Amino acid sequence: MNIVIKSLVIAGAISLMSGTALAAENCAVGKTVTDGVLTIGTGNPAYFPWVIDDNPESGQGFEAAVAYALADRMGFDADQVVWTRTTFDQAIQPGVKDYDINMQQYSITEERRQTIDFSSPYYTSAAAVLVRKPAVEAGAQPNIASLKGLKWGAAAGTTANELINSLIDPEPQTLLYDDNADITEALKSNQIDAVLLDLPSALFTAAVLLDDGVVLGQFPSDATGELDQFGAVLEKGNPLLECVDTALAEMGADGTLASIEARWLQSETGVPVIE
Amino acid sequence: MSKDMQTGTPAASEKVAGFSKQARQQREIRLRRRSTLIATVSTISVFLAIYILVPMAPGWEKVQHSFFNWEIFEKTFPTLLNAFLLDIAIFAWSAPLIAIWGLALALARDARSPALFPLRLFATVYNDIFRGVPVILTIYLIGFGIPGLGLPRPWNSPYIWGSVALVLSYSAYVAEVYRAGIESIHESQRAAAKSLGLSHWDTMRFIILPQAVRRVLPANMNNLISLQKDVALLSFIGPVELLRQAGVFKSFYANFTPYLGAALIFLAVTIPATRFADSLMARQDKERR
Repeated sequence: MNIVIKSLVIAGAISLMSGTALAAENCAVGKTVTDGVLTIGTGNPAYFPWVIDDNPESGQGFEAAVAYALADRMGFDADQVVWTRTTFDQAIQPGVKDYDINMQQYSITEERRQTIDFSSPYYTSAAAVLVRKPAVEAGAQPNIASLKGLKWGAAAGTTANELINSLIDPEPQTLLYDDNADITEALKSNQIDAVLLDLPSALFTAAVLLDDGVVLGQFPSDATGELDQFGAVLEKGNPLLECVDTALAEMGADGTLASIEARWLQSETGVPVIE
Repeated sequence: MSKDMQTGTPAASEKVAGFSKQARQQREIRLRRRSTLIATVSTISVFLAIYILVPMAPGWEKVQHSFFNWEIFEKTFPTLLNAFLLDIAIFAWSAPLIAIWGLALALARDARSPALFPLRLFATVYNDIFRGVPVILTIYLIGFGIPGLGLPRPWNSPYIWGSVALVLSYSAYVAEVYRAGIESIHESQRAAAKSLGLSHWDTMRFIILPQAVRRVLPANMNNLISLQKDVALLSFIGPVELLRQAGVFKSFYANFTPYLGAALIFLAVTIPATRFADSLMARQDKERR
């Protein structure tokens, strides 16, 4: 009798556990572009350290790693994940999408929410100021007064331009470029003094792309608000959003996101905070 | 020949029957009215079909939200207009330089003295290269490359080198247009000028160029219109002009409506310019007849 009750309890517990696991895994069934496959959009090219060597299939790099962990939570094996390349514009154009979720450092903003859906954030980035040694030698310092006098550059499609205007409001007009490669070129040719980037990109550019790059400082994250929280983009009204958010919440709660971040993104210590 | 025949027939038919002429006139009026009616009905029905059918498409609401969003249009349009001032400025300082440098290149290609052959060779190679390379590539190469050599500020400004790139590219096109104009002036005029004792350059200055430049004015107007749109390419190397500003708004709102605003601003300039070029061409045609 006792044994029967015990085994019943165990069976019940097991079915309950598998039930909840199944609920999370079944959530995405029938909601993806291709049945049984999760299609994830990334940039063309996808940049370090978000995707290493422009090869998201390897799972190397912060966003690639998050994507595979996320897919796993949603019940997709690694071989059920398909990558596709999109530009920012393709991600926001109206009509049928060829991806389920799109991850390429999209900052979550209210304005963008009018047209697309964002998952809850998978990374909160500090905005960092990248300069070259000559600017430091000329007296650039990590405070607003000093930053105001610099000639700024930023990538046009990002929220950096907004941040420069709201946080620094520099005197010379800000120049805008298509991507980080062009910004780096403008820095090298001394057409701009300073660039606002997310901290991981700033550290990478300073260390690898520039001979004399210096990350001058970073803004405290409460100053930049929601502007530099990265979320995955989904078509507006996509029912998959709920599944993605559930999975991301789990990954945040059990430390998965933090450990992926620790592995792929350089530590933020040593970069002074801008006053 | 055919004109003679036409003037011949009405006179003949008039004699044959005054009655039939009136009937024919009435028929012509009827025909004209009918074709006006058909044109009106077909135009209205096409627009009506677009107006009714397009919003019936399942994705229309999303398209409308993304491309024809009045709220965003209202918010962004004043800033876009302001950004267009930069396009106008770049255009204003580039166009005269293009006209001058293009003319110089055309003259170099027309140099006839054997001693000036290197000049001719230079102009030919120049035109081949700059007409063959996409403008945007020239802008990247010159706009980033030359300041990269270590020029001090403000001489490394993207405004300067971007404009230089535009001038280099466009003058190659303009030079070819000028050359076509120069070559269209009949050789006998040069001979006549020579017999009057005019030197090569005086012939060019007083006889050939005044006619050639006027003759190719409509073609050069086309180049101007195209330049007016291509100044936007400077945005690739930093300046925030109309197209870039629209792109910034597009990213900020995740909405394409600002591009519609930019298109309207461009059209507001290019359509009058195109009509002006057309009327110039029509006037020249009339003068030549």
